[in-house]
Amino acid sequence: MKIKVIIACGLALLFCQNALSTTLKMAFDADPISLDPHEQLSESTLQFSHIVFDPLLRWGKDSQFEARLATHWQRIDGQTMRFFLRKQVSFSSGNPFTADDVVYTIERLKRSPDFRAMFDTIASATAIDTHTLDVKTTYNNPLLLNMMTYVFPLDKTFYQHQDQIIKYGDTFASRNVSGTGPFILTNRKLGSRMEFDRNPNYWDTDSAGNVEHIVLTPIHADSTRLAALLSGDVDFISPVSPIDVERAKKVAGIQLVTMPGTRILLMHMNQERRKEFQDVRVRKAINLAINKPLIVDKILKGYATPAGQLSPDRFLGHINGLEPEYNLEKARLLMQEAGYEEGFRISMMAPNNRYMNDEKVAQAIAAMLARINITVDLKTLPKAQYFKEFDRRSADMMMLGWQSDTVDSNNLFEFIIACEDTNTGLGAYNAGAYCRPSIDDDIRQSNREMNPERRLRLLQRIEKTLYDDAAIVPLYWQSLVWAAKDNIHIKDILNDQNFPYLGDLSIDAK
Amino acid sequence: MVIFILRRLLQACFVMIIISLISFAIQDKLGDPVQQMVGMTVSQQERDQLRNELGLNDSFLSQYWRFAQGAIQGDLGTSYYYKEPALDVILDKLPATLELAFSAIFIIIIVAIPCGVWAAIKPKHPVSRLIMVVSSIGLSIPIFIVAILLVYVFSIELNLAPSFGRGETTNIFGVWESGFFTKDGLRHLLLPSMALAIALMPIFIRLIRAEMMEVLQSEYIRFAWSKGLSAPRIYFKHALKNTMLPVITVGGIQAGTLVAYTILTETIFQWPGMGFLFMDAVNRVDTPLVSAYLIVVGGIFVVTNTLVDLIYGLVNPTVRLASHGL
Repeated sequence: MKIKVIIACGLALLFCQNALSTTLKMAFDADPISLDPHEQLSESTLQFSHIVFDPLLRWGKDSQFEARLATHWQRIDGQTMRFFLRKQVSFSSGNPFTADDVVYTIERLKRSPDFRAMFDTIASATAIDTHTLDVKTTYNNPLLLNMMTYVFPLDKTFYQHQDQIIKYGDTFASRNVSGTGPFILTNRKLGSRMEFDRNPNYWDTDSAGNVEHIVLTPIHADSTRLAALLSGDVDFISPVSPIDVERAKKVAGIQLVTMPGTRILLMHMNQERRKEFQDVRVRKAINLAINKPLIVDKILKGYATPAGQLSPDRFLGHINGLEPEYNLEKARLLMQEAGYEEGFRISMMAPNNRYMNDEKVAQAIAAMLARINITVDLKTLPKAQYFKEFDRRSADMMMLGWQSDTVDSNNLFEFIIACEDTNTGLGAYNAGAYCRPSIDDDIRQSNREMNPERRLRLLQRIEKTLYDDAAIVPLYWQSLVWAAKDNIHIKDILNDQNFPYLGDLSIDAK
Repeated sequence: MVIFILRRLLQACFVMIIISLISFAIQDKLGDPVQQMVGMTVSQQERDQLRNELGLNDSFLSQYWRFAQGAIQGDLGTSYYYKEPALDVILDKLPATLELAFSAIFIIIIVAIPCGVWAAIKPKHPVSRLIMVVSSIGLSIPIFIVAILLVYVFSIELNLAPSFGRGETTNIFGVWESGFFTKDGLRHLLLPSMALAIALMPIFIRLIRAEMMEVLQSEYIRFAWSKGLSAPRIYFKHALKNTMLPVITVGGIQAGTLVAYTILTETIFQWPGMGFLFMDAVNRVDTPLVSAYLIVVGGIFVVTNTLVDLIYGLVNPTVRLASHGL
């Protein structure tokens, strides 16, 4: 009898859970590889930066810039911008935040292999007084503010003299951190756990955020991540796989938030490898034969937007009405005109664990191309091996996903469609070998064009040329999906770059 | 005995060299580590420079030679991702995997032996039939389905156990992070160890049953009955002990399956052990860690199989190791 009571008590203890209302337990698919915000330009590093650091400015809900550590800014001339910084802000180390820290951070960004490409155009950053600085660019740069969303000021006194950036190296900055952000890192077990406490001295006292403690667990497997949410072990997850969305929707107490993303998925047609692709009629036929809305509908369960161009809706270069067209008859006719009625055989490669359902999408495309007599030898690879093959341009058609770091069309054009030039890095991901000097001119111009009207026209002209030329096969823009318990107001803090502003997250007590 | 152990050591060295060569040879096929380290926008020159710094441009032989020199001194390279010696990273994760494996073995022992014995003693009893049916189902369902089913039933529907992770751990002896001493740790252990046990259990139940039935037919058991010994004494002292020989052999071989299944179980349950680490390392092309894992696991194999052979000798004194050519 006594033993039974003891066992019962033990079991009761075992299964009771104590929950803290202001603790946020979240599971993402990856954790940052390093505490150094400048070691790798990746989604998880930037998500981490938004937790422990603050940017000078960030994208707000309405796609406008929102002042953070910079309270306001003012253009001095075409190449110079003056930033006025927030006062009475301090780092978690206790050091006060000044213009010197920002200058230091920008200089360090220019040293970072991953961020260098973006910050190369900054000629100098000079402190005017303790809370004002001037940033000079090498030429008129319309995207300076976009870049400033990547400047998360570092604590100069804390980092200097021990601030080397070594890829996967054991550096001071990769293990220690001091930021101004809403949270302070308290515990980290690489690859399995990160814990943060709210910064008691956080400057943004108007924020609605009431999360006191964050536990971030990276969970790689989609099904495990969802199970963790459904069983109540975590409160907030991202991403949610499209096939799980319907199931998650049915569960009471769980909310799903989706947003059209800006990552474009596309296929390159390599004109260097295949002379057939040099014929615009063939490229058009391929575009017409791939039913993009069907792929989105059936494979991604509607969690994407079919694309007829590279720039998503909110980018400057986006042209309304440039919709993807599916017309098998027309495609066959074009193939006939081009003299390939009998079709031909091509190779295709795609990753199988990089983008949502990438392998299935590639299989669908292969099947669709078979209907205009193009036989596809498809090979799908894990991302680790795929991008090696991509760099070698190993197949006639290759899949690529691209998210513009600057939230601007020109970044897409520079990397995906510009003529390949190993010296400037332009066209580094142009696996189509498509090259049109007029587009390169427009790209160069729109890098310097300060007039928004003229810039818009330039970017749209590129987009239109690409469309008329059927230079590539744009597929869709992948949507972002998050899920959380009902009492967590994630909707207010999410954005299409997938950098949740956790400092502003509020949780209702249950 | 001494000769046996020496011979085993020699074999082990040979096996290790082969493993290290193979694990080194496949590195190139895993992908490009540099690709995983840098952002998409990093230029080709930067990548080449990084590749040079990591020594990835050297020939296979000189890379292997560098690796082998370090390995002899116990240095299996430095993990790219963890920035620590690969061996330390693995040893750090070893307790989690061992605890999972021990829990699974524990469940297997307390369930498989009684079930197997029962099914052998009373082969026509409905419970025996049920045991056999369930065990053949267990044999035919892949472990990841079992695991997902367990999570669905016990974690999502009944909310009895957590679905992932290891929970709270306590540090014992300063080196071993153990989940055995907290209720949270034990709760987290529940589902993964059950999944692992279910995958391996059926073969043991069936083996014990078959062996036991055969032993029960033998002369000496009949003699024991006629001598008037009590049933438990006959079943457990005389019959079961002799059943154990093949079970131990199979157990040794199954150690390999156990390691393979920990990779699956740990991946599904996000269990921070060696198997999970390995999958992660493969995805990240953390080649030093992949090689080190293969070598450590190879070492575990050699050790368990040696132990199994030694235990074999203890259980059955008629087996003379050296003359068996083992």
